[in-house]
Amino acid sequence: MKKIATLACVSTLALTGAAMAQDSIKIGVPVFLSGAAAGPFGEPEKNAAELMFDALNAGEVPAPYNSMGIGGRMIDATFIDEASDAVVEYRNLVERTGVEAVIGYTSSGNCKSVAPVAEELETFTIFVDCGTPQVFEDVVTEPKFLFRTGPTATPDAVGAARYLRDSGYDLSRVAGINQNYAWGQDNWRDFTGALDALGTESKYVSNQMPQLGAGQYGAEVSALLTSSPNVVYNSFWGGDLEAFVLQAAPRGLFARSAVLMTCGEALFPAVGKNIPEGAIVSARGPFSVFAPENDLSTWFAAAYEERFGEYPTYPAWKMAQAVLGAKAAYAKAGEGATAADAAAAMTGLEFEAPSGIVKMANANGHQAIQGIGFGTVTQVDGKPTVENVKFYEAECVSPPADMRAEDWIASGFEGAVCE
Amino acid sequence: MTQTMMKTDFRREPVYIAVLALLLIAGFFLPSWLRFLLQTALAGGLVALGVAIQMRAGLVNFGQGLYYCLGGYAVGLLSAKLGITDVFVLLASAVVVALLAGALLGLLLARYREIFYAMLSLAVSMILYGVLVKAAALGSTDGFNVPPVTYLGWLPEREIRADVVYTLAAVLVVVSCLVVARYLRSGAGMLCEAVAENEIRLEYLGASPKRIVFFVIVTAAGISGLGGGLLAISTGHVDPLMTNWTTSGGFVFVALLAGRGSTIAPVIGFFLLELVQTYALDIAPNAWQMILGAVMLAAILLLPGGLWSLIDRRGKA
Amino acid sequence: MLKFTAIMLDGLNYSAWLFLVAVGLTLIYGVMRILNIAHGAFYAIGAYVCASTLGLYYGAGLPEALAFLAMGLVALIAGVVLGLAVERGVLRFLYGKDEVLMVLVTYALFLILGDAVKLIWGVESYFVYQPYAYFGFVEIGGLPYQVYDLLMVVLAVVLGVALWFWLERSRMGRMTTAVVADREISAAMGINVKRIFATTFAIGTFFAVVGGAVTAPKIAVTPGIGVEVIILAFAVVVIGGLGSIPGAAIGAVFAGYARALSVHLAPEFELFAIYAVMAAVLAVRPHGLFAKVSGRKI
Repeated sequence: MKKIATLACVSTLALTGAAMAQDSIKIGVPVFLSGAAAGPFGEPEKNAAELMFDALNAGEVPAPYNSMGIGGRMIDATFIDEASDAVVEYRNLVERTGVEAVIGYTSSGNCKSVAPVAEELETFTIFVDCGTPQVFEDVVTEPKFLFRTGPTATPDAVGAARYLRDSGYDLSRVAGINQNYAWGQDNWRDFTGALDALGTESKYVSNQMPQLGAGQYGAEVSALLTSSPNVVYNSFWGGDLEAFVLQAAPRGLFARSAVLMTCGEALFPAVGKNIPEGAIVSARGPFSVFAPENDLSTWFAAAYEERFGEYPTYPAWKMAQAVLGAKAAYAKAGEGATAADAAAAMTGLEFEAPSGIVKMANANGHQAIQGIGFGTVTQVDGKPTVENVKFYEAECVSPPADMRAEDWIASGFEGAVCE
Repeated sequence: MTQTMMKTDFRREPVYIAVLALLLIAGFFLPSWLRFLLQTALAGGLVALGVAIQMRAGLVNFGQGLYYCLGGYAVGLLSAKLGITDVFVLLASAVVVALLAGALLGLLLARYREIFYAMLSLAVSMILYGVLVKAAALGSTDGFNVPPVTYLGWLPEREIRADVVYTLAAVLVVVSCLVVARYLRSGAGMLCEAVAENEIRLEYLGASPKRIVFFVIVTAAGISGLGGGLLAISTGHVDPLMTNWTTSGGFVFVALLAGRGSTIAPVIGFFLLELVQTYALDIAPNAWQMILGAVMLAAILLLPGGLWSLIDRRGKA
Repeated sequence: MLKFTAIMLDGLNYSAWLFLVAVGLTLIYGVMRILNIAHGAFYAIGAYVCASTLGLYYGAGLPEALAFLAMGLVALIAGVVLGLAVERGVLRFLYGKDEVLMVLVTYALFLILGDAVKLIWGVESYFVYQPYAYFGFVEIGGLPYQVYDLLMVVLAVVLGVALWFWLERSRMGRMTTAVVADREISAAMGINVKRIFATTFAIGTFFAVVGGAVTAPKIAVTPGIGVEVIILAFAVVVIGGLGSIPGAAIGAVFAGYARALSVHLAPEFELFAIYAVMAAVLAVRPHGLFAKVSGRKI
């Protein structure tokens, strides 16, 4: 009798377990919750993910995403701190927490180390923001389960070079200030490479490489001032970028040189009114002030601002786009789709996002390409916005599917289609 | 190091190492995420062991991550850049590179004691960190990936690859413990404690503290290099954080807390630390460092003799 | 010539900052033999406290000129409260323990305080740029320079001299010097070593907090700002000789000018300029420039 009761008990448990699994989709979300990247990246990404998950679960996102959940299932998210051992914690997410898909990662280093593990564990994984093209060029060359819905860092540097040339800036004396780690080094290499490929014959008068998180740039600003460049290229992010603007602006660097900041849009909510007019900024893609006007972008910006009291910066847009990419993949794979089905469906997919149409065009259909806009800052009623905007389409600033970014720049942008 | 810690009872050491071996065999059947955690902890545990044996000579190395990183990069460079994938060649190279670096730095560092040894070793490890961050060809802060390794020409199928690496790591850790136990029982090992106690008397007796210290630095470097190589093979990725001071700080913490009762103590201690960390991350993703810090503080306050004192006390009772 | 002026000014400015963040560390080590990693967390807390209280201050529309007074007051209160809390709450139970164990204790405190900061202030940046802009800039040899940065040099000199006077001239300071020389004999002579320790720790903490508070207007106050500081302060103190206050000043000048020179002449090497100086100094003078050589134990 006791045995039967136990059996009955076990079978109900098994049933509810199965029903639960049908009702929800477990998604792991690694974002920076501590350290210097938590404020500028982790916070907006986490906010955007929470907003999207809640809105999807309630069926409140505009068409074509107005069905509930993902693949008809309610989203059950687990956030973890990216500032830890990425490989160990990724495994823990998949094998201990049992998530079905992973959407996250901002650091290129983490993306590179997690990429082969995602393929090994055959887990549907979408990288949100990390910029290094190496993920699909070197690390995982035949991806099946791994995707990146954000563009790589290549369009930043290439677009910047094009914008400066096309807008008629004097490029005879160019300087750079970039953080001394992979991101900053790659940015400076690509930017100078792009200028050379465009034949601007620029002289690189100063190449400042302060340590990541240095925070104090008095000496670097002096060095930039004394080398009298016409243009300064800057790929800082987060607190470093904010500190740079606070220290360089009062000393007149922005007045003497045209300063281009690839992540400059992220300054707007916090130190927007301290950005001198005329500084050139981008949002690393068609995000935020560079986003197209459509139902999704209007809804997203308004919903985010209503819930968090702040206009979303570009990392939030990128997270929203990654979540919608997953939703679109499950929708295309059809009812009852597994993560593997969704991964297969996502390959080469084109889906709508607040940033417009995202094309998974490169790396066998696993890497998104998107255009990028640049503009100069202007203060309207004490609020910063951009003018003199030029937008470069994805095909103009991204390498073709069969070329490495570095070689493509060196080749003088072979096969680029620009208007 | 003036505080008195229990001495190692070398007659029991083979028993302890056998216990470790049994634990590792049992570990084979753990859930895969936990076994992977154990496997990476074994790699780090070897470095903690390296720190622990230097502590016997009263030396605290706050830059042991240097050898860990060198071992990892040796494996990474040979396999990813030169295409050598045989695990035995790779790990041997990791050990050799670390030994050479240890010998070179040993010449410089053997002169220093106390906090100056700690600080100078920290400075050297941070210089390596700076150099690697600067090295764009090696991926700077991102580091680079290490391809799957072969075993005398055999590339295991993807399904069993993890089993094979775990087995290898477990065997190597047990062997390392045996080797270290043997070293500590030898003359050079025994004299370490004399260096910590009183160098001048040791000199009167005709022994050279400098040489003893040099040997302990080199030995520690070798096993730490092996740890780094194992980590590179386990996670398939190396980056400069391996030689950052925060990484080295973790090793010192484990070595100090594990106590010097046995060579297996730092290895087990490192696993426990990793376990605390991953559960802290899981339970409180926003405050996991606070939990880690609180556990550290509690361990220091409540277990002044190290974790091993729990086992030792029971043994004596 | 312009470059020379820039190097001189930048070096001076950075040296002053390094001295402010390092002197508390060396004072605490000199007296208490504690190499305090939590120093970095104190610095961060100073920056946060300054940014958030001055934010309220400006928000209330109070006179701008008095903001500096408020800044000093807040740093003093935060430094003393924090220093005494940590010393009385944790460290006093551990006196007489091994130096290295104390490093780990302060490392644990660093982790705990780091997350505490995050729980109190969140991860978003805090800004208080008004003080930095208040004095405007001057042109020195054609190079625009913020007056605030120059005043920081004055502050470092004033605080350094004040500390030296306190140690050399005041009764309490003399007793502290006696404790540095020999803790046991001082205690036997009737000096209240416990009180000296508590005072020293509070003063050392105050310096870290001041360092953070005066830096806050120049930077974005974000999580993680304390980590860099710790390593830099260590380097400065080790160059000068652990526990020596003139040593901290000289170490700061060495490290400050090493960085300024590399930024202007060889920016690629900025990352390890300071470590290279540290290794070079230690290779020649194993215990730093100003360290007293202690006899070997027999």
